[in-house]
Order: sequence, then structure tokens, then C-alpha cells
Amino acid sequence: MNQKKTCALAAFATMLMSSAAWAETELTVYTAIEAEDLKRYAETFNQDHPDIKLNFIRDSTGVITAKLLAEKDNPQADVVWGLAATSLLVLKSEGMLEAYAPKGADQLKPNFVDSDNPPSWVGMDAWAASICFNTIEGQKLGLTAPKSWKDLTKPEYKGHVVMPNPASSGTGYLDVSSWLQLFGDKDGWTYMDGLHQNVAAYTHSGSKPCKMAAAGETVIGISFEFRAAKSKAEGAPIDIIIPEEGIGWDMEASAIVAGTSKEEAAKTLLDWSVSKKANEMYNVGYAVVAMPGVAKPVEHLPADIEARMIKNDFEWAANNRNAILEEWTKRYDSKSEPKS
Amino acid sequence: MAMALDSALPVGRSLRLRLDRDELIKRGLMVVIALYLVVGLAAPLAIMLSKSFSTYSFNLANFEFQVSDKDGNWGQPVTAAALNEKLDAVPPAKLATNSDGRLQATSFFPDFSFRSPVKYKIRGTTSDATYLVGLKPQTGTEWQELTSNDFRRVMLRPSRALGLENYAAYFSTPTLFRSIENSVFIALVSTIITVGLAFGFAYALNRSCMRFKGVFKLVAMVPILVPSLLPGIALIYLFGNQGMLKDLLMGASIYGPLGIVVGSIFFAFPHAMIIISTALAISDQRHYEAAASLRASRWRTFWTVTIPGARYGLISAAFVVFTLVITDFGLPKVIGGQYNVLAVDIYKQVIGQQNFEMGAVVSVILLVPAIAAFIVDRMVTKKQVALLSARSVPYQPKPNRGFDTLCLAWCSLIAVFILGIMATSQFAALVKLWPYDLSLGLKHFAFDRMDGGGWGSYYNSIRLAALTAVIGTVIIFVGAYMVEKTDGFRAGRTAFQFLAMLPMAVPGMVLGLAYIFFFNDPANPLHAIYGTMTILVVCTITHFYTVGHLTALTALKQIDQEFEPVAASLKQPFYKLFARVTVPVCLPAILDISIYIFVNAMTTVSAVVFLYSKDTTLASVAVLNMDDAGDVAPAAAMAMMIFYTNAAARLIHLFLSRVLIKRTQAWRMR
Repeated sequence: MNQKKTCALAAFATMLMSSAAWAETELTVYTAIEAEDLKRYAETFNQDHPDIKLNFIRDSTGVITAKLLAEKDNPQADVVWGLAATSLLVLKSEGMLEAYAPKGADQLKPNFVDSDNPPSWVGMDAWAASICFNTIEGQKLGLTAPKSWKDLTKPEYKGHVVMPNPASSGTGYLDVSSWLQLFGDKDGWTYMDGLHQNVAAYTHSGSKPCKMAAAGETVIGISFEFRAAKSKAEGAPIDIIIPEEGIGWDMEASAIVAGTSKEEAAKTLLDWSVSKKANEMYNVGYAVVAMPGVAKPVEHLPADIEARMIKNDFEWAANNRNAILEEWTKRYDSKSEPKS
Repeated sequence: MAMALDSALPVGRSLRLRLDRDELIKRGLMVVIALYLVVGLAAPLAIMLSKSFSTYSFNLANFEFQVSDKDGNWGQPVTAAALNEKLDAVPPAKLATNSDGRLQATSFFPDFSFRSPVKYKIRGTTSDATYLVGLKPQTGTEWQELTSNDFRRVMLRPSRALGLENYAAYFSTPTLFRSIENSVFIALVSTIITVGLAFGFAYALNRSCMRFKGVFKLVAMVPILVPSLLPGIALIYLFGNQGMLKDLLMGASIYGPLGIVVGSIFFAFPHAMIIISTALAISDQRHYEAAASLRASRWRTFWTVTIPGARYGLISAAFVVFTLVITDFGLPKVIGGQYNVLAVDIYKQVIGQQNFEMGAVVSVILLVPAIAAFIVDRMVTKKQVALLSARSVPYQPKPNRGFDTLCLAWCSLIAVFILGIMATSQFAALVKLWPYDLSLGLKHFAFDRMDGGGWGSYYNSIRLAALTAVIGTVIIFVGAYMVEKTDGFRAGRTAFQFLAMLPMAVPGMVLGLAYIFFFNDPANPLHAIYGTMTILVVCTITHFYTVGHLTALTALKQIDQEFEPVAASLKQPFYKLFARVTVPVCLPAILDISIYIFVNAMTTVSAVVFLYSKDTTLASVAVLNMDDAGDVAPAAAMAMMIFYTNAAARLIHLFLSRVLIKRTQAWRMR
């Protein structure tokens, strides 16, 4: 019923558009932006463009990606605003994205824009891997805080590390792909073999390890810096550790879905999404944003976080995702606890 | 003599039942509801089955290359298949993949270097062969020329076919295969313990004179009112690494089989208890009198009279618990740790890896034990009815102090377990920051700050539950009436019965996934309901159809078949009879069906987790998502909200039943 109504409205709107220059357009936007940020984003956008109404479909990265892929032959979305770049690369290789260079995209840091010309997607902000270390539980157990990824394989941490499962969490895959890029293929897997000995659980979501560390359910949670800062701000007894080898990262990015009937409005949204105002808006939660010189430090996070991020080869990560996950699952997912 | 008669009488017209208008309407309605079941159940399942056979593999004959030398002179075109035959670069086993499969083109060129001046050409030999250049998909038989630096970014994509490869892949992946073993193990252990506990409980309720029977009955029903995620969350607070009673486990971890089994006992207990209690309630006093007069010991009487009398109930309870546990998704998701089970595998494949085909394969595998358990259960339940005879005398327990105390102790233990889980969950919902700040507050009820849809999802859940309860009860009861009270049309009725029984055997996860495949196909005219409340209502009614259907049938069978002929001879249309007699007489059953659907719609996660959209987030799914994101306390708070709502609904139901039964069921009293 609702959809019918929307359809009718859309048809009506297009009819009006042909005669008048101005009319309200509704855009269906798929997004994985945190629920609490979404409203603020929409309001800020509507300050500049009150004539475009954004209808958000929000869910976790995995669910939104699955939804977009399932709708491949009949896309329901007009724009994707705020989805992991690695997910957008999957959509790109399915031919689901419309290439478009937003006005002002050349102002962004080059690694935040798709290297093709015109680009299929543009970045908004980045989130990076980091370790949450519960100081109270650590002290109780007499553990010293780790400084590097390699430290996590030390026998003293056995059973005290929790990380996201790369097969179900984008953050988990970001960790695995960054270790393989940092340490090389062979040493990367050797490293994970060692780490696996210490891991107590692989969680489904990327924020859960840090929340578990915040609640003392584990001592060390491999998560991302944005979540860690939030937990710390809420009063959790955690230290945020940026491992010294460098950290894997992914970005939230936007793209136009190929086949949209509302190209003009979609382009307007994309143009706005790379503007200075938008980047300042992203900076409220995210320490690293696409536009240089905009980001101010976020509380509880080191100021040099961008310098610690590795040079991430997104294309490599997308092309090898299937093979890496297969190998990972074969090696570690069959770990099952002894039967009770 | 007979011969003579035969020849004497002329052969009559062959008899044919004439259909009057009533009969036509009845059959028409039956067909309409059957159609609903086809669209809501059979068709999606069929599509899912076909999806599980849809395979992806690299067809190397589909790609052709040409390589130049340093000066740009092109060599002969050669297919990837020919190159592979020569080099054996990619073994045949590696050619099978999934829909996201990618194969680097340079694997066929061992001396490839991205710095070399050599150039490459690639084309598909069929129009639908797809390859990526720098992640951009390309199709077609046109040659495309690339420098060696670009050629290294060429990835071949698989093509789709039909076959059994997905199943082969499943059974050759030890991780996935292992889940079958885990699921069956968990289900078996939980079944044995739950049935044992429930038998003792039901025995105490029916065969002892202990006190507080009413209270125990009430407590035993509590787990039905909460989502299966709730015991998981409570167990983490009790036995997790920061758990209050962690030391009781003596180093064992609650994450894994232990947690799943304990939680499963919690949520499966009432189901087993009801079935066994019914079986024990119908036993015959005369058997016990016979045993007593033969001077059989209590122990002997128990094994030769009680157990055989309740055996069908026990078997039925065992299969119901087994099915519930093996198909449950919420609990292992919350507390399963690294212990993989089938229901969670489906979720991981679909949501985590977007591998819909493998998700379909796991679903089909999960259907096997569920259907087997269902068939055995049906066979057994049929026999149970035959046990009752008109001359049976209901059993009357006699007081026995020692035995009654033992019963009280047994029931109290179980009641403490159930109430303990509930109390822990309530505590978890109120504590500010476990375990560092133990002050209480309502902070975690501010759902709008969390993932999962906030308070909106709570209201959506109530809307869904109310809609399904009303619409579902109408559909189910009318369907059952048409099946029970239609004459003839045997084939149609049998088909309908089968369709109505099928939902019981289909796990929620499987149903949800089947709905995605079926309704999210743009070619489907019903595609418009995808992502709306309608699809959730349809899915939930279908999911819980069978129990409602059986309840309605039982009630309808109590009404004498004579009513219809009498009404017909009085020239009263059937709908008048239906409204004036059938519905009022069956009112208690109708109310039971609606409360059953309401409660289940509030707590279900498995089917709807694939189907909700931004406007239709649900409270039960919010519990899952908040726990997933690590917001365990708000998850507990939302689970408690579901409990309060269901408890309130149950109270209203109780009150309504009392009033209505007084008004409509007076004829039952003498």
C-alpha cells in the first residue's frame, strides 16, 4: 500500500517537474550510518535542500549490502549514503553503481575517491581498527596493555582476546585484510594462527568486542576507534590502543545506484555529501574525514590517527575477499569448544 | 436371489452429489485459504529449493585471450580453457565458486609482469561472459585491449548453472558440515533433559496432592511469553566472565553448548510440560485399581501403567522439543560463542557473506530433521487419541506426605530456575553499567539511542501481534471450518490438510529466507508487499498456522455433525449457522488461537529477521540487534518489555475468556 502511494507520489512529482522547475523530490537512501547520527545528517542536508526529502533505509553494513544485492535486478534505492567502501566495491563489480564525479570531489583526499574517472563512489569519513583494553580487569589478571598487533599473540593473553568474525563483520574483514597487507600473505596467516590461540570468541558484529571489553566480559576487544571513543566517553574503564604497526581502515562512502529515475536529486545529494559543511558534520563522530584540513580531533582519540592508517588497497581487498574468507573459515571457524 | 433382483430392477442413474450454493461457497472459501497457503508457504519453499541448486563456476571456455610480443605483434587467440589445460594453473575443484567468485586472469600467464611492455586482449566467447577490469564489469564478445598494468586488474566472473555443486561444497566444508553434528547433539541433549524435567513437573501437577499447583502452572508458562534470546542474555549475566554465579561453573564457559542447552531447556520446558501434562491427565483410574488389586508395587505400577499410558505424550513432547531447539536461532546467536549450529549458519551465510545459495542449502538441510521429527510426531499423536475410551475414569490422586513433599521440591527447583532467569533479566535491564556501576535506573529503556529501531519497533511489534492475531485467527478458523464441515471433495480437503500441517515442519529461518527469494523477485506481482507490514503479517500467520489449525479442528470436532443437515433442512444458509452456533460454541478455542498467535508474534525472531524494513523494525529483532551490537542491557530491557506486554495480553485474555465463557458456554454446565 505504502509503496503504491510512494510510486503515485513519485509519478506525480515527475509530472510536476516537467512543467515547473521546482518540486519536492523523494529519494530512497540506503545507509548504514549509526541510528543516532542519521537524523542530524538529514536535518543538516535539508537546511540547504529543503526540496529533497530523504527516505532512509537503515541497517547494519551486512544487511544493507545483502539487501542491495538481493535487489540487484530491480533496485529500490536511489542513492547509497554511508556504506562501507568495501561493500560499494562489491556493488560496483556487479555493475550496480552509476559513475558520477560530484562537484568538488577533486577537493577530497585522493584515497577517498574511486580511482576510476568518473568515480563510482566518493568517501565521507574513515573508521580504523583499534584495541579496547579493560584496565580494571587487566590489572586484576596482571596483564600489561599490548602495544602492537604482534603483542596480541603473547601467551599471557590466552583466552582474553575477542575479535569480530570477518565472515560476518566488515570490521573483522578489515582487520584480516590489513594484517595480510601489513605482514604479507605467509606471515599474515602465521600471525593469525598465533592470534587464534588467544581468541576467546569471534563476534558477529564489529562493535561488540569493544563493548565486551567495556563491560569486562573480555579484557581485550579488537574493534574500531569510533566505537572505542564512545564507550570511553560513557565511562567504561578502557584504554584505546592504536597498534604501532599501523591500522587497517575502511571508509563510509556514497554512490548513485544505477537505474535511478531521480538522477538530478541523487546528484544534488552526492554534490552536497562532499561539501565542506557535510565533512564538518561527519567530523562530530569520526576523527578522519574525506576533506583535508577539516577534521578536528575527537575526544579520547589520538590526533595523529590518520598517519597511523595503513595504505589500504581496497581493490585487492574486494577481489580477494572470497578467497580470504574461505581460507579463514577453514582455519579458524571450525574451532568448537569441547562438548559439555 | 440377488441375481434375480439385479436383473429385475433397471439400472439407475449414477448418483452424483449435487452441489448447492452453500457447498460452493464453502469450497470456494477453502480454495481461497488454500491459495493463501500456497502463496505464503509452498511457493516460497519451492523457489528456495531451486535456489539451492543454482551454482556458480568459472567457465573457462567463455574467455579468450590474445597476447602481443614486445613490439606489439599479436599472437593467436587462445581460450582460458586451453591455457589451463596446458598449464594446469587452476585445478578443477577451484573452478566451483559462489556468486561473488573472482579469478585473476593473470593466473593463466605464469611469466606475467605488470611492468612488461607486452599487451593483452580479452573477450568473452559468449555474450554473457563477464569479467572485471578494475572492478568494472564488462561483457560481450568485443576484444578489449589492455596494457599489462591494466591486465593485472582483470578478474574473471563465474557463470550460473543448475547442479548439485552447492551441496557437494557444503559437505566438503568441515566447518559447515560440523554444524549438523552440533545441532543434532544440542537438540538431543536438550530434549532428554527437558522431557525428564517436564515429566517430573507434569507428574507432580497431575498425580500428587502437593500445594501451590496453580502457582506452579503459572510459573511454568512464563517462558512462552519471552523471546528465546532472553535466557541467553540472563545466562551471560549469571555465568558469563563477569557473571554473578560464575564460580559455580568451575572454569567451564557458558558460551557454547552449555549455554545453548540450559537456555533451550528454559524456553522449551513449557511446551513439553503442556503435552506431557495432557497425556498424564487422560490416564485411566481403572488401570491403577487393577494394579493395586494385583498388589503391584508403586515402582512397578509406574513402569507398567504410568509410562506406557503417557508414552505417546512423551514421544510427542520429545519431538516438539527437538524441533524447537534445532530450529531456534536467537539463543545460539547470543550465547553460542564459537559453537556453530545450522540456524545461525543460515544467518551467517546470508547476512554475513551475502551467499544466498549456500544459505538455501543450509535451509534445505535444516528442513530434514525438522520434517522427520514432524512426521513421527504426527504418527504418534494420531495414536494418542485412540487411547481415550468412553468408559475411562479420570485418575484421582490421594495425599501421600513424603511423595507430595518430593513433588513440591522438584517443582520448586524448576520454578526457581525459571524465575531466576526472569529476575536476572530484569536486573540486567535496570543496572547502569554492569559490573562497574551497580546503581539502578531506567537508562537502558531509552531505546531510541540504540540500534534496532527504538521504541518504534516496540509499537510495531504490538501492531504486528494484534494484526496477526485478528487476521490469523479469522483465516485459520474459517479454513478449519471449511475443511471439517465440507462434504465430499476428498482430494481438496486432504491437500488442504497437508498445507495446513506443513508450517509446523518449516523452521522460521527457512521460511524467512524463502520469502526473500519469492517476494523480492521483481517479476512477482506480489513484490509490492516486500518490506511492508503486510509481508510480516503474512509470514507470521503462516509460521504459526498449524497449532491454530489443530486447536480449531479439535474444537470443531466437538460439535455434532448433525447441525449442518438440520440447518440445511431448515433452509438456513451455512453462514448463519456458522455465526449463530459454531463461532459461539468454539469461542474458547478461538480466543486460545488468537492469544497463541499474539504471544508468538511478539517473541518470534527467526522468520522476520530477514523481512523487516526500516519502517517495520520489531521489538524481538531489536533485542537481537542490540545484543549483536554489544548493547546487552538495553536488549534485556526490550526483552522484558515483550514479557510485560505478553503477560498483560494473557491477563486480558483470561478476563475475556471468563466473561465470554460465562455468556456463551452456559450450555456446557448441567
